[in-house]
Amino acid sequence: MNVMINSLPFLWQGLLVTLQVSAIVVVAAFVLGISLGVGLSFGPRWVAWPIRIYSDLIRGLPLLVLIFSVYYMLPLTGVNVTSFWAAIFALAAFQSAHVAEVTRGAVQSIPPGQHEAGKAIGLTFGQRMIYVVFPQALRRFLPPWINTVVSTVQGSALVSLVGIVDLMLAIQQVIGRTFKPMPMYILGALIYFAINYALSLISRTLEARFAYVRE
Amino acid sequence: MSVSEPLVKVRGVTKAFGSNNVLNGVDLDVPRGSVVSIIGASGSGKTTLLRCVNLLESYDSGSIEVDGVEVGYDIADGRRRPRGERDLARIRADIGMVFQMFNLFPHLTATENVMLGLRKVRGMAKAEARATAEQWLVRVGLGDKLASLPIEMSGGQQQRVGIARAVAMNPKVLLLDEITSALDPELVGEVLKVVRELARDGMTMMLVTHEMSFARDVSSRVVFMDGGRVAVEGTPREVFGAPAQSERLRGFLARIELREV
Ligand SMILES: Nc1ncnc2c1ncn2[C@@H]1O[C@H](COP(=O)(O)OP(=O)(O)O)[C@@H](O)[C@H]1O
Ligand SMILES: [Mg+2]
Repeated sequence: MNVMINSLPFLWQGLLVTLQVSAIVVVAAFVLGISLGVGLSFGPRWVAWPIRIYSDLIRGLPLLVLIFSVYYMLPLTGVNVTSFWAAIFALAAFQSAHVAEVTRGAVQSIPPGQHEAGKAIGLTFGQRMIYVVFPQALRRFLPPWINTVVSTVQGSALVSLVGIVDLMLAIQQVIGRTFKPMPMYILGALIYFAINYALSLISRTLEARFAYVRE
Repeated sequence: MSVSEPLVKVRGVTKAFGSNNVLNGVDLDVPRGSVVSIIGASGSGKTTLLRCVNLLESYDSGSIEVDGVEVGYDIADGRRRPRGERDLARIRADIGMVFQMFNLFPHLTATENVMLGLRKVRGMAKAEARATAEQWLVRVGLGDKLASLPIEMSGGQQQRVGIARAVAMNPKVLLLDEITSALDPELVGEVLKVVRELARDGMTMMLVTHEMSFARDVSSRVVFMDGGRVAVEGTPREVFGAPAQSERLRGFLARIELREV
Protein backbone atom coordinates (compact mmCIF):
# COMPACT_ATOMS: atom_id res chain seq x y z
CA MET A 1 0.00 0.00 0.00
CA ASN A 2 2.79 2.35 0.95
CA VAL A 3 4.54 1.64 -2.31
CA MET A 4 1.51 2.77 -4.20
CA ILE A 5 1.00 5.95 -2.22
CA ASN A 6 4.65 6.94 -2.36
CA SER A 7 4.75 6.38 -6.08
CA LEU A 8 1.68 8.47 -6.78
CA PRO A 9 3.36 11.84 -7.54
CA PHE A 10 5.71 10.13 -9.97
CA LEU A 11 2.88 8.23 -11.63
CA TRP A 12 0.93 11.48 -11.82
CA GLN A 13 3.69 12.94 -14.00
CA GLY A 14 3.50 9.86 -16.22
CA LEU A 15 -0.26 10.07 -16.40
CA LEU A 16 -0.03 13.69 -17.55
CA VAL A 17 2.30 12.65 -20.37
CA THR A 18 -0.07 9.85 -21.38
CA LEU A 19 -2.99 12.26 -21.42
CA GLN A 20 -0.99 14.85 -23.31
CA VAL A 21 0.14 12.38 -25.99
CA SER A 22 -3.38 11.00 -26.28
CA ALA A 23 -4.99 14.42 -26.54
CA ILE A 24 -2.62 15.63 -29.27
CA VAL A 25 -3.07 12.43 -31.22
CA VAL A 26 -6.86 12.46 -30.86
CA VAL A 27 -7.14 16.03 -32.13
CA ALA A 28 -4.70 15.49 -35.02
CA ALA A 29 -6.32 12.20 -36.04
CA PHE A 30 -9.78 13.78 -35.82
CA VAL A 31 -8.98 16.61 -38.21
CA LEU A 32 -6.86 14.53 -40.57
CA GLY A 33 -9.10 11.45 -40.40
CA ILE A 34 -12.31 13.32 -41.20
CA SER A 35 -10.67 15.03 -44.16
CA LEU A 36 -9.34 11.71 -45.42
CA GLY A 37 -12.71 10.02 -44.86
CA VAL A 38 -14.55 12.70 -46.83
CA GLY A 39 -11.98 12.47 -49.62
CA LEU A 40 -12.33 8.71 -49.59
CA SER A 41 -16.13 8.88 -49.82
CA PHE A 42 -16.73 11.77 -52.20
CA GLY A 43 -13.42 12.58 -53.84
CA PRO A 44 -12.62 11.88 -57.48
CA ARG A 45 -10.62 8.74 -58.12
CA TRP A 46 -7.27 10.50 -57.97
CA VAL A 47 -8.11 11.67 -54.45
CA ALA A 48 -9.84 8.55 -53.17
CA TRP A 49 -7.29 6.05 -54.40
CA PRO A 50 -4.19 7.33 -52.62
CA ILE A 51 -6.24 7.61 -49.43
CA ARG A 52 -7.45 4.04 -49.83
CA ILE A 53 -3.87 2.83 -50.18
CA TYR A 54 -2.64 4.94 -47.26
CA SER A 55 -5.43 3.71 -45.01
CA ASP A 56 -5.05 0.03 -45.90
CA LEU A 57 -1.29 0.20 -45.54
CA ILE A 58 -1.26 2.00 -42.20
CA ARG A 59 -4.01 -0.08 -40.66
CA GLY A 60 -2.27 -3.24 -41.78
CA LEU A 61 0.87 -2.47 -39.77
CA PRO A 62 1.20 -3.26 -36.07
CA LEU A 63 1.28 0.05 -34.23
CA LEU A 64 4.59 -0.84 -32.64
CA VAL A 65 6.20 -1.36 -36.04
CA LEU A 66 4.87 2.00 -37.12
CA ILE A 67 6.27 3.76 -34.08
CA PHE A 68 9.72 2.21 -34.50
CA SER A 69 9.70 2.91 -38.22
CA VAL A 70 9.00 6.56 -37.70
CA TYR A 71 11.41 6.77 -34.77
CA TYR A 72 14.33 5.22 -36.66
CA MET A 73 13.52 6.25 -40.21
CA LEU A 74 12.58 9.90 -39.86
CA PRO A 75 16.15 10.89 -38.87
CA LEU A 76 17.45 9.05 -41.96
CA THR A 77 15.34 11.31 -44.16
CA GLY A 78 16.96 14.30 -42.54
CA VAL A 79 13.96 15.20 -40.44
CA ASN A 80 15.09 15.65 -36.88
CA VAL A 81 12.39 15.33 -34.30
CA THR A 82 12.39 14.34 -30.67
CA SER A 83 11.21 10.87 -29.76
CA PHE A 84 8.12 12.53 -28.29
CA TRP A 85 7.08 13.99 -31.64
CA ALA A 86 8.09 10.93 -33.59
CA ALA A 87 5.81 8.85 -31.40
CA ILE A 88 2.98 11.33 -31.78
CA PHE A 89 3.45 11.38 -35.55
CA ALA A 90 3.23 7.59 -35.72
CA LEU A 91 0.19 7.38 -33.45
CA ALA A 92 -1.60 10.13 -35.36
CA ALA A 93 -0.90 8.49 -38.70
CA PHE A 94 -2.24 5.22 -37.35
CA GLN A 95 -5.37 6.69 -35.76
CA SER A 96 -6.15 9.01 -38.66
CA ALA A 97 -6.51 5.99 -40.93
CA HIS A 98 -8.97 4.49 -38.48
CA VAL A 99 -10.88 7.76 -38.11
CA ALA A 100 -11.01 7.97 -41.91
CA GLU A 101 -12.76 4.60 -42.04
CA VAL A 102 -15.14 5.60 -39.25
CA THR A 103 -15.95 8.80 -41.14
CA ARG A 104 -16.48 6.90 -44.38
CA GLY A 105 -18.91 4.51 -42.71
CA ALA A 106 -20.83 7.35 -41.11
CA VAL A 107 -21.14 9.69 -44.10
CA GLN A 108 -21.94 6.91 -46.54
CA SER A 109 -24.92 5.94 -44.41
CA ILE A 110 -26.61 9.21 -45.41
CA PRO A 111 -28.95 8.53 -48.36
CA PRO A 112 -28.27 10.20 -51.74
CA GLY A 113 -31.56 12.08 -51.48
CA GLN A 114 -30.05 14.18 -48.69
CA HIS A 115 -27.17 15.27 -50.88
CA GLU A 116 -29.58 16.03 -53.71
CA ALA A 117 -31.89 18.07 -51.50
CA GLY A 118 -28.86 20.07 -50.41
CA LYS A 119 -27.73 20.59 -53.99
CA ALA A 120 -31.24 21.59 -55.03
CA ILE A 121 -31.26 24.57 -52.66
CA GLY A 122 -27.84 25.63 -53.88
CA LEU A 123 -25.57 24.47 -51.07
CA THR A 124 -21.93 23.97 -52.05
CA PHE A 125 -20.13 20.73 -51.26
CA GLY A 126 -18.68 22.09 -48.03
CA GLN A 127 -22.04 23.46 -46.91
CA ARG A 128 -23.73 20.15 -47.64
CA MET A 129 -21.16 18.40 -45.49
CA ILE A 130 -21.43 20.81 -42.59
CA TYR A 131 -25.18 21.43 -42.49
CA VAL A 132 -26.67 18.26 -43.96
CA VAL A 133 -24.31 15.29 -43.83
CA PHE A 134 -22.23 15.69 -40.66
CA PRO A 135 -25.13 16.41 -38.28
CA GLN A 136 -26.89 13.27 -39.46
CA ALA A 137 -23.73 11.18 -39.58
CA LEU A 138 -22.73 12.18 -36.04
CA ARG A 139 -24.69 9.46 -34.36
CA ARG A 140 -23.02 6.77 -36.42
CA PHE A 141 -19.66 8.46 -36.10
CA LEU A 142 -19.49 8.82 -32.32
CA PRO A 143 -19.43 5.24 -30.99
CA PRO A 144 -16.68 3.93 -33.28
CA TRP A 145 -14.82 7.20 -32.95
CA ILE A 146 -14.75 6.91 -29.15
CA ASN A 147 -13.34 3.45 -29.73
CA THR A 148 -10.46 5.05 -31.62
CA VAL A 149 -9.94 7.42 -28.70
CA VAL A 150 -9.84 4.48 -26.30
CA SER A 151 -7.41 2.68 -28.56
CA THR A 152 -5.29 5.83 -28.70
CA VAL A 153 -4.99 5.89 -24.92
CA GLN A 154 -4.09 2.20 -24.93
CA GLY A 155 -1.72 2.57 -27.86
CA SER A 156 -0.02 5.52 -26.21
CA ALA A 157 1.51 3.07 -23.73
CA LEU A 158 3.78 1.96 -26.57
CA VAL A 159 5.54 5.33 -26.55
CA SER A 160 7.28 4.09 -23.40
CA LEU A 161 9.29 1.84 -25.72
CA VAL A 162 11.01 4.82 -27.31
CA GLY A 163 11.88 6.18 -23.88
CA ILE A 164 9.06 8.60 -23.21
CA VAL A 165 8.12 8.55 -19.54
CA ASP A 166 4.38 8.15 -19.82
CA LEU A 167 2.19 6.35 -17.30
CA MET A 168 3.42 2.97 -18.54
CA LEU A 169 7.11 3.76 -18.25
CA ALA A 170 6.56 5.53 -14.94
CA ILE A 171 5.00 2.34 -13.58
CA GLN A 172 7.91 0.27 -14.85
CA GLN A 173 10.43 2.62 -13.34
CA VAL A 174 8.71 2.44 -9.95
CA ILE A 175 8.75 -1.34 -10.22
CA GLY A 176 12.43 -1.17 -11.12
CA ARG A 177 13.12 0.61 -7.85
CA THR A 178 10.72 -1.24 -5.56
CA PHE A 179 10.61 -4.75 -7.03
CA LYS A 180 6.86 -4.90 -6.37
CA PRO A 181 5.35 -5.51 -9.80
CA MET A 182 1.92 -6.81 -8.84
CA PRO A 183 0.45 -3.83 -6.97
CA MET A 184 1.95 -1.40 -9.45
CA TYR A 185 0.56 -3.16 -12.51
CA ILE A 186 -2.84 -3.43 -10.84
CA LEU A 187 -2.77 0.28 -10.05
CA GLY A 188 -1.76 1.04 -13.65
CA ALA A 189 -4.52 -1.16 -15.02
CA LEU A 190 -7.05 0.63 -12.81
CA ILE A 191 -5.96 4.05 -14.08
CA TYR A 192 -6.14 3.03 -17.74
CA PHE A 193 -9.48 1.38 -17.10
CA ALA A 194 -10.86 4.47 -15.36
CA ILE A 195 -9.95 6.72 -18.28
CA ASN A 196 -11.42 4.42 -20.88
CA TYR A 197 -14.53 3.61 -18.89
CA ALA A 198 -15.23 7.32 -18.52
CA LEU A 199 -14.86 7.67 -22.30
CA SER A 200 -17.34 4.91 -23.01
CA LEU A 201 -19.83 6.51 -20.61
CA ILE A 202 -19.49 9.80 -22.48
CA SER A 203 -19.98 7.93 -25.74
CA ARG A 204 -23.24 6.39 -24.59
CA THR A 205 -24.59 9.70 -23.34
CA LEU A 206 -23.74 11.47 -26.59
CA GLU A 207 -25.19 8.70 -28.70
CA ALA A 208 -28.52 8.96 -26.93
CA ARG A 209 -28.49 12.71 -27.21
CA PHE A 210 -28.08 12.75 -31.00
CA ALA A 211 -30.68 10.11 -31.73
CA TYR A 212 -33.09 12.34 -33.61
CA VAL A 213 -33.48 9.94 -36.49
CA ARG A 214 -35.29 6.81 -35.47
CA GLU A 215 -34.32 3.76 -37.44
CA MET B 1 -33.02 38.47 -72.57
CA SER B 2 -36.27 39.32 -74.18
CA VAL B 3 -39.33 38.68 -72.08
CA SER B 4 -40.88 36.47 -74.73
CA GLU B 5 -37.92 34.08 -74.72
CA PRO B 6 -38.83 30.84 -72.96
CA LEU B 7 -37.47 30.69 -69.43
CA VAL B 8 -36.32 27.11 -69.91
CA LYS B 9 -35.12 26.13 -73.35
CA VAL B 10 -34.17 22.50 -73.96
CA ARG B 11 -32.60 21.66 -77.33
CA GLY B 12 -31.47 18.29 -78.59
CA VAL B 13 -30.52 16.99 -75.17
CA THR B 14 -29.12 13.49 -75.04
CA LYS B 15 -28.10 11.44 -72.06
CA ALA B 16 -26.96 7.87 -71.73
CA PHE B 17 -26.33 5.74 -68.67
CA GLY B 18 -23.67 3.41 -70.06
CA SER B 19 -25.25 1.83 -73.13
CA ASN B 20 -28.77 2.84 -72.09
CA ASN B 21 -29.74 5.90 -74.15
CA VAL B 22 -32.24 7.55 -71.87
CA LEU B 23 -32.67 10.93 -73.54
CA ASN B 24 -32.48 10.94 -77.33
CA GLY B 25 -32.70 14.57 -78.35
CA VAL B 26 -35.26 16.34 -76.18
CA ASP B 27 -36.64 19.68 -77.35
CA LEU B 28 -38.82 21.61 -74.97
CA ASP B 29 -39.77 25.19 -74.10
CA VAL B 30 -41.11 26.42 -70.81
CA PRO B 31 -42.39 29.98 -71.19
CA ARG B 32 -42.24 32.35 -68.23
CA GLY B 33 -45.14 31.91 -65.84
CA SER B 34 -46.32 28.73 -67.52
CA VAL B 35 -46.82 25.22 -66.21
CA VAL B 36 -45.52 22.41 -68.40
CA SER B 37 -46.56 18.91 -67.41
CA ILE B 38 -44.51 15.96 -68.54
CA ILE B 39 -46.30 12.66 -68.84
CA GLY B 40 -45.17 9.32 -70.16
CA ALA B 41 -44.62 5.69 -69.29
CA SER B 42 -42.22 4.68 -66.56
CA GLY B 43 -38.68 4.65 -67.92
CA SER B 44 -39.36 7.16 -70.68
CA GLY B 45 -36.81 9.60 -69.20
CA LYS B 46 -39.03 12.14 -67.41
CA THR B 47 -37.09 12.12 -64.16
CA THR B 48 -33.77 12.20 -65.96
CA LEU B 49 -34.86 15.25 -67.94
CA LEU B 50 -35.85 17.16 -64.78
CA ARG B 51 -32.61 16.16 -63.08
CA CYS B 52 -30.63 17.46 -66.05
CA VAL B 53 -32.34 20.83 -65.77
CA ASN B 54 -31.02 21.37 -62.25
CA LEU B 55 -27.83 19.46 -62.88
CA LEU B 56 -28.35 16.52 -60.59
CA GLU B 57 -27.37 14.71 -63.78
CA SER B 58 -25.08 15.91 -66.51
CA TYR B 59 -26.23 15.73 -70.12
CA ASP B 60 -24.06 14.45 -72.94
CA SER B 61 -24.99 16.79 -75.76
CA GLY B 62 -27.52 19.44 -76.64
CA SER B 63 -28.33 22.47 -74.60
CA ILE B 64 -30.42 23.43 -71.59
CA GLU B 65 -30.77 27.14 -70.98
CA VAL B 66 -32.48 28.62 -67.94
CA ASP B 67 -33.04 32.34 -68.29
CA GLY B 68 -30.52 32.48 -71.11
CA VAL B 69 -27.72 30.65 -69.31
CA GLU B 70 -26.44 27.24 -70.36
CA VAL B 71 -26.78 25.36 -67.09
CA GLY B 72 -24.51 22.36 -67.54
CA TYR B 73 -21.53 23.88 -69.24
CA ASP B 74 -19.27 26.83 -69.18
CA ILE B 75 -18.85 27.89 -72.78
CA ALA B 76 -15.53 29.60 -73.38
CA ASP B 77 -14.14 30.12 -76.91
CA GLY B 78 -16.61 27.63 -78.32
CA ARG B 79 -15.60 24.83 -75.97
CA ARG B 80 -17.92 23.27 -73.41
CA ARG B 81 -16.45 22.64 -70.01
CA PRO B 82 -18.46 21.06 -67.19
CA ARG B 83 -19.17 23.67 -64.55
CA GLY B 84 -17.36 23.70 -61.24
CA GLU B 85 -18.94 23.25 -57.84
CA ARG B 86 -19.47 26.95 -57.05
CA ASP B 87 -21.04 27.64 -60.44
CA LEU B 88 -23.33 24.67 -60.06
CA ALA B 89 -24.44 25.78 -56.61
CA ARG B 90 -25.16 29.29 -57.84
CA ILE B 91 -27.24 28.04 -60.77
CA ARG B 92 -29.10 25.46 -58.72
CA ALA B 93 -30.06 28.09 -56.16
CA ASP B 94 -32.33 29.63 -58.80
CA ILE B 95 -33.93 26.31 -59.79
CA GLY B 96 -36.23 24.81 -57.20
CA MET B 97 -36.88 21.11 -56.93
CA VAL B 98 -39.47 19.07 -55.08
CA PHE B 99 -38.75 15.37 -54.75
CA GLN B 100 -40.95 12.30 -54.90
CA MET B 101 -39.60 11.10 -51.54
CA PHE B 102 -39.63 14.61 -49.98
CA ASN B 103 -35.96 14.40 -48.94
CA LEU B 104 -36.47 16.73 -45.99
CA PHE B 105 -33.52 17.15 -43.65
CA PRO B 106 -34.54 14.86 -40.78
CA HIS B 107 -32.41 16.63 -38.17
CA LEU B 108 -34.08 20.00 -38.78
CA THR B 109 -37.55 21.28 -37.93
CA ALA B 110 -39.94 22.39 -40.67
CA THR B 111 -38.85 26.00 -40.21
CA GLU B 112 -35.17 25.10 -40.16
CA ASN B 113 -35.57 23.02 -43.33
CA VAL B 114 -36.84 26.11 -45.13
CA MET B 115 -34.36 28.45 -43.44
CA LEU B 116 -31.18 26.58 -44.39
CA GLY B 117 -31.01 27.75 -48.00
CA LEU B 118 -32.18 31.24 -47.09
CA ARG B 119 -29.39 31.58 -44.55
CA LYS B 120 -26.48 29.84 -46.23
CA VAL B 121 -27.23 30.45 -49.89
CA ARG B 122 -29.22 33.68 -49.91
CA GLY B 123 -27.24 35.06 -46.99
CA MET B 124 -30.29 36.27 -45.09
CA ALA B 125 -29.98 37.24 -41.43
CA LYS B 126 -31.44 34.70 -39.05
CA ALA B 127 -34.53 36.68 -38.09
CA GLU B 128 -35.39 37.51 -41.68
CA ALA B 129 -34.86 33.91 -42.79
CA ARG B 130 -37.07 32.68 -39.98
CA ALA B 131 -39.81 35.14 -40.83
CA THR B 132 -39.68 34.21 -44.53
CA ALA B 133 -39.71 30.49 -43.75
CA GLU B 134 -42.65 30.81 -41.39
CA GLN B 135 -44.55 32.89 -43.90
CA TRP B 136 -44.19 30.18 -46.54
CA LEU B 137 -45.07 27.40 -44.12
CA VAL B 138 -48.22 29.26 -43.15
CA ARG B 139 -49.06 29.65 -46.83
CA VAL B 140 -48.85 25.90 -47.41
CA GLY B 141 -51.09 25.37 -44.38
CA LEU B 142 -48.46 24.31 -41.85
CA GLY B 143 -48.66 27.20 -39.41
CA ASP B 144 -49.11 24.71 -36.58
CA LYS B 145 -46.11 22.55 -37.59
CA LEU B 146 -43.35 25.13 -37.61
CA ALA B 147 -41.31 23.45 -34.89
CA SER B 148 -42.07 19.87 -35.93
CA LEU B 149 -39.41 17.47 -37.13
CA PRO B 150 -40.12 15.64 -40.40
CA ILE B 151 -40.66 12.38 -38.55
CA GLU B 152 -43.52 13.98 -36.62
CA MET B 153 -45.42 14.90 -39.81
CA SER B 154 -47.58 13.02 -42.29
CA GLY B 155 -46.39 12.50 -45.84
CA GLY B 156 -48.62 15.26 -47.12
CA GLN B 157 -47.29 17.66 -44.53
CA GLN B 158 -43.70 16.70 -45.28
CA GLN B 159 -44.24 17.26 -48.96
CA ARG B 160 -45.69 20.70 -48.29
CA VAL B 161 -42.55 21.52 -46.31
CA GLY B 162 -40.61 20.30 -49.35
CA ILE B 163 -42.52 22.74 -51.54
CA ALA B 164 -42.04 25.60 -49.06
CA ARG B 165 -38.31 24.85 -48.89
CA ALA B 166 -38.06 25.12 -52.67
CA VAL B 167 -40.23 28.19 -53.30
CA ALA B 168 -38.86 30.18 -50.35
CA MET B 169 -35.61 30.43 -52.35
CA ASN B 170 -37.59 32.42 -54.90
CA PRO B 171 -36.51 30.20 -57.81
CA LYS B 172 -36.98 31.14 -61.45
CA VAL B 173 -38.48 27.75 -62.14
CA LEU B 174 -39.78 24.97 -59.94
CA LEU B 175 -39.28 21.31 -60.87
CA LEU B 176 -41.68 18.77 -59.39
CA ASP B 177 -41.10 15.06 -59.94
CA GLU B 178 -44.14 12.92 -59.13
CA ILE B 179 -44.49 14.71 -55.85
CA THR B 180 -47.66 12.89 -54.82
CA SER B 181 -46.82 9.35 -55.86
CA ALA B 182 -45.38 8.39 -52.47
CA LEU B 183 -48.47 9.67 -50.65
CA ASP B 184 -51.53 7.89 -49.37
CA PRO B 185 -54.44 8.79 -51.68
CA GLU B 186 -56.22 10.89 -49.05
CA LEU B 187 -53.15 13.14 -48.72
CA VAL B 188 -52.71 13.88 -52.42
CA GLY B 189 -55.30 16.64 -52.52
CA GLU B 190 -53.68 18.90 -49.92
CA VAL B 191 -50.40 18.85 -51.84
CA LEU B 192 -51.92 19.43 -55.28
CA LYS B 193 -53.89 22.34 -53.84
CA VAL B 194 -50.62 24.07 -52.98
CA VAL B 195 -49.29 23.50 -56.50
CA ARG B 196 -52.49 24.93 -58.00
CA GLU B 197 -52.05 28.05 -55.91
CA LEU B 198 -48.45 28.44 -57.05
CA ALA B 199 -49.57 28.06 -60.67
CA ARG B 200 -52.22 30.71 -60.15
CA ASP B 201 -49.59 33.03 -58.69
CA GLY B 202 -47.52 32.70 -61.84
CA MET B 203 -44.75 30.35 -60.70
CA THR B 204 -43.03 28.77 -63.71
CA MET B 205 -43.13 25.01 -63.26
CA MET B 206 -42.06 21.79 -64.93
CA LEU B 207 -43.90 18.92 -63.39
CA VAL B 208 -43.84 15.20 -63.94
CA THR B 209 -47.09 13.62 -62.88
CA HIS B 210 -49.32 10.60 -63.22
CA GLU B 211 -52.34 12.60 -62.01
CA MET B 212 -53.90 13.22 -65.40
CA SER B 213 -56.87 15.25 -64.28
CA PHE B 214 -54.53 17.48 -62.31
CA ALA B 215 -52.24 17.88 -65.33
CA ARG B 216 -55.25 18.81 -67.46
CA ASP B 217 -56.37 21.50 -65.00
CA VAL B 218 -53.13 23.10 -64.06
CA SER B 219 -50.98 22.96 -67.20
CA SER B 220 -50.41 25.49 -69.94
CA ARG B 221 -48.74 22.80 -72.04
CA VAL B 222 -48.52 19.03 -71.77
CA VAL B 223 -45.60 17.03 -73.06
CA PHE B 224 -45.78 13.29 -73.70
CA MET B 225 -42.39 11.63 -73.54
CA ASP B 226 -41.69 8.34 -75.21
CA GLY B 227 -38.33 6.63 -75.62
CA GLY B 228 -36.34 9.63 -74.44
CA ARG B 229 -37.98 12.07 -76.85
CA VAL B 230 -40.89 14.46 -76.79
CA ALA B 231 -43.44 12.50 -78.79
CA VAL B 232 -46.45 14.81 -78.45
CA GLU B 233 -46.63 18.38 -77.20
CA GLY B 234 -49.60 20.69 -76.98
CA THR B 235 -52.25 22.28 -74.82
CA PRO B 236 -54.02 19.97 -72.36
CA ARG B 237 -57.01 20.01 -74.69
CA GLU B 238 -54.91 18.95 -77.67
CA VAL B 239 -53.07 16.20 -75.81
CA PHE B 240 -55.92 14.74 -73.77
CA GLY B 241 -58.78 15.69 -76.11
CA ALA B 242 -57.48 14.35 -79.35
CA PRO B 243 -54.73 11.84 -78.66
CA ALA B 244 -55.49 10.12 -81.96
CA GLN B 245 -52.33 11.58 -83.49
CA SER B 246 -50.18 9.17 -81.53
CA GLU B 247 -50.82 5.48 -81.08
CA ARG B 248 -48.38 5.38 -78.15
CA LEU B 249 -50.06 8.30 -76.39
CA ARG B 250 -53.47 6.72 -76.81
CA GLY B 251 -52.17 3.47 -75.36
CA PHE B 252 -50.55 5.28 -72.45
CA LEU B 253 -53.68 7.27 -71.61
CA ALA B 254 -55.83 4.16 -71.81
CA ARG B 255 -53.59 2.33 -69.37
CA ILE B 256 -53.55 5.28 -66.96
CA GLU B 257 -57.32 5.62 -67.05
CA LEU B 258 -57.74 1.94 -66.30
CA ARG B 259 -55.61 2.45 -63.21
CA GLU B 260 -57.50 5.53 -62.11
CA VAL B 261 -60.90 3.84 -62.23
N1 LIG C 1 -28.65 6.87 -62.13
C1 LIG C 1 -28.99 6.01 -63.11
N2 LIG C 1 -28.12 5.07 -63.52
C2 LIG C 1 -28.45 4.22 -64.51
N3 LIG C 1 -29.62 4.22 -65.16
C3 LIG C 1 -30.53 5.13 -64.79
C4 LIG C 1 -30.27 6.07 -63.75
N4 LIG C 1 -31.35 6.87 -63.62
C5 LIG C 1 -32.25 6.44 -64.52
N5 LIG C 1 -31.75 5.39 -65.23
C6 LIG C 1 -32.44 4.70 -66.32
O1 LIG C 1 -32.93 5.68 -67.20
C7 LIG C 1 -34.18 5.30 -67.73
C8 LIG C 1 -35.16 6.43 -67.57
O2 LIG C 1 -35.39 6.63 -66.19
P1 LIG C 1 -36.24 7.84 -65.62
O3 LIG C 1 -35.71 9.10 -66.15
O4 LIG C 1 -36.28 7.66 -64.16
O5 LIG C 1 -37.66 7.56 -66.27
P2 LIG C 1 -39.08 8.02 -65.76
O6 LIG C 1 -38.93 9.09 -64.74
O7 LIG C 1 -39.76 8.51 -66.99
O8 LIG C 1 -39.75 6.80 -65.22
C9 LIG C 1 -34.58 4.02 -67.04
O9 LIG C 1 -34.28 2.94 -67.92
C10 LIG C 1 -33.67 3.98 -65.85
O10 LIG C 1 -33.37 2.64 -65.53
MG1 LIG D 1 -39.54 9.14 -62.72
